[in-house]
Amino acid sequence: MSKPLKQIHLAAHFPGVNNTTVWSDPEAGSHIEFSSFAHFARTAERAKFDFLFLAEGLRLREQGGKIYDLDVVGRPDTFTVLSALAAVTDRLGLTGTINSTFNEPYEVARQFASLDHLSGGRAAWNVVTSWDAFTGENFRRGGFLPQEERYSRAKEFLATATELFDSWSGEEFVADQAAGTFLADARSGAFAHQGQHFDIAGQFNVPRSPQGRPVIFQAGDSDEGREFAAAGADAIFGRQGTLKEGQAFYTDVKSRLARHGRTPDQLLILPAATFVLGDTDAEAQELAHEVRRKQVSGATAIKHLEFVWNRDLSAYDPDGPLPDIDPDPGEHTIARGRAQVRMYRDPLAVAREWRELAEANKWSIRDLVIETGNRQTFIGSPATVAETINSLVQADAADGFILVPHITPGGLDTFADTVVPLLQERGVFRTEYEGTTLRDHLGLAHPGTEAHRDRAAS
Amino acid sequence: MSASPAHPSPLHLAVALDGTGWHPAAWREPQARPRDLLTAGYWTDLVTEAERGLLDFVTLEDGLALQSSHRTEPDHRTDQVRGRLDAVLIAARVAPLTRHIGLVPTVVATHTEPFHVSKAIATLDYVSTGRAGLRVRVSRRRHEAEHFGRRAIPRLDAGNPDTPAARELTADLFAEAADYVDVVRRLWDSWEDDAEIRDVATGRFIDRDKLHYIDFEGRHFSVKGPSITPRPPQGQPVITALAHQGVPYRLVGGSTDIGYVTPHGTRQAETIVAEIRAAQAAAGRADEPLHVFGDLVVFLDDEPGAAASRRERLDGLAGYPYTSDAKVFTGTPGHLADLLLEWQRAGLSGFRLRPGVIGHDLEAITRGLVPELQRRGAFRTTYEADTLRGLLGLARPANRYATV
Repeated sequence: MSKPLKQIHLAAHFPGVNNTTVWSDPEAGSHIEFSSFAHFARTAERAKFDFLFLAEGLRLREQGGKIYDLDVVGRPDTFTVLSALAAVTDRLGLTGTINSTFNEPYEVARQFASLDHLSGGRAAWNVVTSWDAFTGENFRRGGFLPQEERYSRAKEFLATATELFDSWSGEEFVADQAAGTFLADARSGAFAHQGQHFDIAGQFNVPRSPQGRPVIFQAGDSDEGREFAAAGADAIFGRQGTLKEGQAFYTDVKSRLARHGRTPDQLLILPAATFVLGDTDAEAQELAHEVRRKQVSGATAIKHLEFVWNRDLSAYDPDGPLPDIDPDPGEHTIARGRAQVRMYRDPLAVAREWRELAEANKWSIRDLVIETGNRQTFIGSPATVAETINSLVQADAADGFILVPHITPGGLDTFADTVVPLLQERGVFRTEYEGTTLRDHLGLAHPGTEAHRDRAAS
Repeated sequence: MSASPAHPSPLHLAVALDGTGWHPAAWREPQARPRDLLTAGYWTDLVTEAERGLLDFVTLEDGLALQSSHRTEPDHRTDQVRGRLDAVLIAARVAPLTRHIGLVPTVVATHTEPFHVSKAIATLDYVSTGRAGLRVRVSRRRHEAEHFGRRAIPRLDAGNPDTPAARELTADLFAEAADYVDVVRRLWDSWEDDAEIRDVATGRFIDRDKLHYIDFEGRHFSVKGPSITPRPPQGQPVITALAHQGVPYRLVGGSTDIGYVTPHGTRQAETIVAEIRAAQAAAGRADEPLHVFGDLVVFLDDEPGAAASRRERLDGLAGYPYTSDAKVFTGTPGHLADLLLEWQRAGLSGFRLRPGVIGHDLEAITRGLVPELQRRGAFRTTYEADTLRGLLGLARPANRYATV
């Protein structure tokens, strides 16, 4: 007997503030106006996607001490946009990236519980951490969190928020007009948390929401991040788009679950993926190359090289050879406010490798950045892309994908119209939403009130 | 009612939405829908009704603890509405489903981040295409502070709100709120309107010379900026605050576009308006528009005496007579119109009405009071502007950081 076909999960990542997003295209619309978000969300819902995903960064990026101006700059507030999107969609999950360093559990828990109520059970939280003093300059707490404490704060933040979500069992809010009893229990929402990062107590003021708790996402790739996800997340948002990488990551993360008393179906693996579609595979390859050239202008190529060199390279010609000076191996100071700079742990080695590649292939700086940068994850005709996605999921390289289009807001439209029907024909993607909540779409159990009873009993 | 000539300056009207209404027993009324309080449909219905009545805006109450009948402590009551949703998220949820009415959620400055709130209200302005406002308040409640664990609020003598400790706390919290509003406003201006250039030739998405660090440093927080969100459609969404005495009057006079005040008579209205105008002048804003709205709790019925007996019946259900910081009006829409126009002559430019029972008194406002005021030429008969600032007669302000 063959293994039953896995159902694919699909999500839509609103195009972000990095060079993946091609703002120079005549089709590119606003990244701020609500009409763009509404268009994007409606397309995702029309295609029966599981959820929409919003990223977040709490300080504008800088390079060489100046605000970075080559990519899309600026975005709206996550909670506010998601709540407004709940008004123009019925079933689509609404996932927001919210930082655990520059927020407080009581406030974030009430925002997510409120979003879950106002969307009828469609809220999800991508928990991210940061420690940098650079971002901290916008907040009360400043930037004094040591890097090694970011996961410990994140873990405690999530644990505390969970205590707040679970502080109502769902049975207290009776509103019995005849009897005059509004709450069944005067201690509704009572909580007390004492820990290294938070020492708070009182009563949570949002009664239990339709999903009990929002669905929890974790985006970290590191060992600590994987462990954090295995311990308590419902889905992990990775970056592995190939079969081998995906399978390795999938096996590693799923194997960690048992140690936390969880089963493999309790954590979904949903890598981010970019795509370019064409009528034929050859046309898609050509288009993909064009998109890459739009994503990496000469100016962008120089800036990208600066991440590695950690120096001002503005005097170099992007169409000329790579710099012969070596990267500055000191503390990374050239680019601030982006995660990407941490990708290059050994810049001298990277520079050496890139110089060799450029010489061997006669690449200019811009050619090199285009050729070595992230290629689109899926390139091909709709049939090819549908087949690729399905085979990756069936081969346990992923449980589905979070698609990142490069055009706002229409970049998902063609995928919705051409790839999704092919997946539906194969019987691996829903043709209608079966449930109403995001947990229903993702096949995750609704947390019962046991946690509440356990806590009450302890 | 006798017809009178058209009013020189029409009234502004807002309604303050809180749970099922401001009377603690409001939720017991058949029209109250208490089980719907946590649903989007409930709030959409209320705001839609307010928009049907052409009101300038709604405010949404909020707080960072369960509601309490006690000034400073939790009351552990189970016979009144307890539990609520975040007001900014409610406003955002309703925004795409309404078209003209302003949306003014409450935010507690004491425990939140001005950076987050600035971008949240800017975004509310985007999702509502120019209808966002903000009502800022402080929290003196120890138990709310304990939900955050970041600052200690001294225990106050509930019986005597005017001790030196209470005065010091009030002054400190309002000074912080003024800084908070300053930061929120500066962040809204931290992008010039034409900062996004999308210049394909040079590859630049923005002209970074049109983005500005605000470099704010205060006693309670420092904020660098710029905002992550571009300047909102109104430039500066409308900032409002409720004030009962001198210290909060200074916040209203120095920082807001609308102050809500609570006179109990015409003379007192005159006195309060004069105090606020003085605070405004002292803050160097004498030539800026600043609305002073009177807050009133209203129980309205067409039948004379019916509203008063309804209030009495609700007092019986609550187990105690309802009192408020604001004047509690019981009567007919016609009599309320008389009172509002009299107070308008005392210097108030509008009113924020707190419905005693939303299920009853909201419609009494939109379908009773509003037509009455319209007959007297004292209220709009159609929405005349697309933004909240427009409805309030406030021009779109220039950006403080713009050089041209």
